[in-house]
Amino acid sequence: MSKPKAASSSLDAPALRQQWLQPDVLSGSEILLRSLLLEGVDCVFGYPGGAVLYIYDAMHNNPDFRHLLTRHEQGAIHAADGYARATGKVGVCIATSGPGATNLVTGIATAFMDSVPLVVITGNVPTTMIGTDAFQEADITGITMPITKHNVLVRDVRDLARTIREAFHIANTGRKGPVLIDIPKDVSAAATTFHYPEHISIRGYAPTTLPNKNQIHKLVQAIGEAEKPVILAGGGVVYAGAHEQLLEFVEKAHIPVTTTLLGLGGFPSAHPLWMGMPGMHGTWTANMALQNCDLLIGIGARFDDRVTMKLSKFAPKAKIAHIDVDPAEIGKNVPTAIPCVGDVLHVLKALNKKVKRAPSHAWVETIAQWKKEQPLRYEDSETELKPQWVLQHMMETTNGDAFVTTDVGQHQMWAAQYYLFNKPRRWISSGGLGTMGFGFPSAIGVQIAHPNDIVISINGDGGMQMCAQELAICAIHKIPVKIAVINNRVLGMVRQWQEIIYAERYSHIDLEGSPDFVLLAEAYGVPGFRATNKAEARVAWAKALATPGPALVDFVVPRDENVYPMVQAGSAIDEMIMGDER
Amino acid sequence: MHRRQTISVLVNDMPGVLQRVAGLFGRRGFNIESITVGASEEPGLSRMVIVTVGDQAMVEQIQKQLYKLIDVIKVVELVQETTVSRELALIQVRVDAAQRSELLAAVDVFRAAIVDVAPSSMMIQVVGEPSKIDALIRLLSPYGIVQQARTGVTAMMRGMAKT
Ligand SMILES: Cc1ncc(C[n+]2csc(CCOP(=O)(O)OP(=O)(O)O)c2C)c(N)n1
Repeated sequence: MSKPKAASSSLDAPALRQQWLQPDVLSGSEILLRSLLLEGVDCVFGYPGGAVLYIYDAMHNNPDFRHLLTRHEQGAIHAADGYARATGKVGVCIATSGPGATNLVTGIATAFMDSVPLVVITGNVPTTMIGTDAFQEADITGITMPITKHNVLVRDVRDLARTIREAFHIANTGRKGPVLIDIPKDVSAAATTFHYPEHISIRGYAPTTLPNKNQIHKLVQAIGEAEKPVILAGGGVVYAGAHEQLLEFVEKAHIPVTTTLLGLGGFPSAHPLWMGMPGMHGTWTANMALQNCDLLIGIGARFDDRVTMKLSKFAPKAKIAHIDVDPAEIGKNVPTAIPCVGDVLHVLKALNKKVKRAPSHAWVETIAQWKKEQPLRYEDSETELKPQWVLQHMMETTNGDAFVTTDVGQHQMWAAQYYLFNKPRRWISSGGLGTMGFGFPSAIGVQIAHPNDIVISINGDGGMQMCAQELAICAIHKIPVKIAVINNRVLGMVRQWQEIIYAERYSHIDLEGSPDFVLLAEAYGVPGFRATNKAEARVAWAKALATPGPALVDFVVPRDENVYPMVQAGSAIDEMIMGDER
Repeated sequence: MHRRQTISVLVNDMPGVLQRVAGLFGRRGFNIESITVGASEEPGLSRMVIVTVGDQAMVEQIQKQLYKLIDVIKVVELVQETTVSRELALIQVRVDAAQRSELLAAVDVFRAAIVDVAPSSMMIQVVGEPSKIDALIRLLSPYGIVQQARTGVTAMMRGMAKT
């Protein structure tokens, strides 16, 4: 994969850093680029326009700075998001004022809901014109207030370096999230002496990292008495880099684990104590375990409604302990007996020093029994290509070791169910906002971060059409994402709801008129393959994997396959439809 | 149990802070009965006093959510028993010459002040607990209230406890 890379890099990293730190007189635009370099940003995703032209001009003669031009601002921000989720580093994107900025809104909300650290740079009209309804003016700080962790309109170039430094700090500490910096055109043009603050302190911002000893003690005690304990591990485990500590905790305490959609990979799925995903499309075992447990330990999970389903019937017998870096999550949805605020990594480390094995022997056996009796299952076919089989096949052919991004819909749930992860940060999916259009561009960001790993992007034929324009980026930069379209010719998840909940009244779900995805890929210069049965699928997929650059495979699957188990809205999580009731 | 709660919030004096706080209340469905904001004792910081109605869990959520705003420095729940709450109101009443002295007596009882007199109306300024202002408004309404404006409550804990 081609990497437009630093021409001036005859200098080593520390020497470069010294050069970047020089107190030169710089324009706001140059300050921005230097600051991003000093923050360790190795690729920015963006799209130019009038209000950011000074910034793009500064890029023109900065060989150290890497920028990837996408074909839509939404593509840029989802790519930055994928990059961040796959690395734990802050993802960065840039857009112009007005329509450029508003095109980022869905991506910002996506990152916000899933606590992904981003720094989002927007241009704005000059300070003298703000508030006049100037050409391409939008109040993007006002618009994004509810969907950013923080945002700032920089009115003075002298505040710019500090603002960027703070933005990176805020984005990637505590509960992570997107921070937007809005830079008016005159600020990006104005000059001042560059000074990048080494240390920052933001008054009133000091996320709790270390847990309260008392609560740790209480939790250890509760585990010592729990006969039917369960751990609900979420994205917070992955984000805190606490997967090893979770494994140690689980093994010491002997507690079965369920990982939420965002928690997948936070605990090895090959482990006997793993129960799969809980909730609306969760496994029988995970849901039954939650409903019957006597102690429920939430770790970096926010008791989202797709997990709990009917809240008043959720985990009725459980004493709830909740470990989370965000105090506001504790007690928000479920009454919590043992609140434990802190960085999941530190909390688990503290717990691991104290925790004793729970008296959970019989319970663990029950769970093993459930797993055996009620596995995830589907009716396979030798004539049709089943989407679940496709996912399993992808897992087998990549040793369960690929980075997998998904879009939103049935294919997303099948991927969550059938592609099993043993490592964190390999699973990238929009959980909280459920953003169609996320699956493909996010994979570009993942592949930029991990150029030598296999990155698979799994999409529905609906969502694939929401950001398909980014095929161009893959083609010209030879970004070797393997793009799968699970093509059922309908908005599958909507079709499933209309079948089951709306008495088969199918309304506006037919995707008639979709392009031939193979031809679409090839129009952009990306090789495309099609598969309509298992034999073709094996061949097409092998060809895609063997292609050195990007490739797309159109997997033609039945229209009417459903995701099971399914819990309907308003039901408790143990009221599951398994799909093979007769 | 739903109660009226007063929260004192120390915030950075930055553009948009009021919007951030009000927006938070709006989108999370927290109720705002009144909100006041002004300079605090420290340059660069403002103090907001927010009166809300909710149960204990909601008030706890409000405080935690407020803390998540980067521009919020400190949040304190003011306990009713130990808090001084004050509001100011300006009330313009229709009044003819014959009724003036009667009205002056009422104003006196409430330790209110006449701040403007016109041929057929008077403007009264009153400061006190919101309930006192309510009482004065009730008393004045038979005369015909032309206009009224209330500031909303500002409040502070008694003693040296710093909020
Ligand atoms: C931007 C956006 N619009 C609408 C939806 C609602 N929605 C959720 S799943 C779905 C169907 C997706 O269809 P497709 O991409 O073909 O995937 P499938 O479910 O068939 O796997 C829709 C419309 C959404 N999640 N995001």
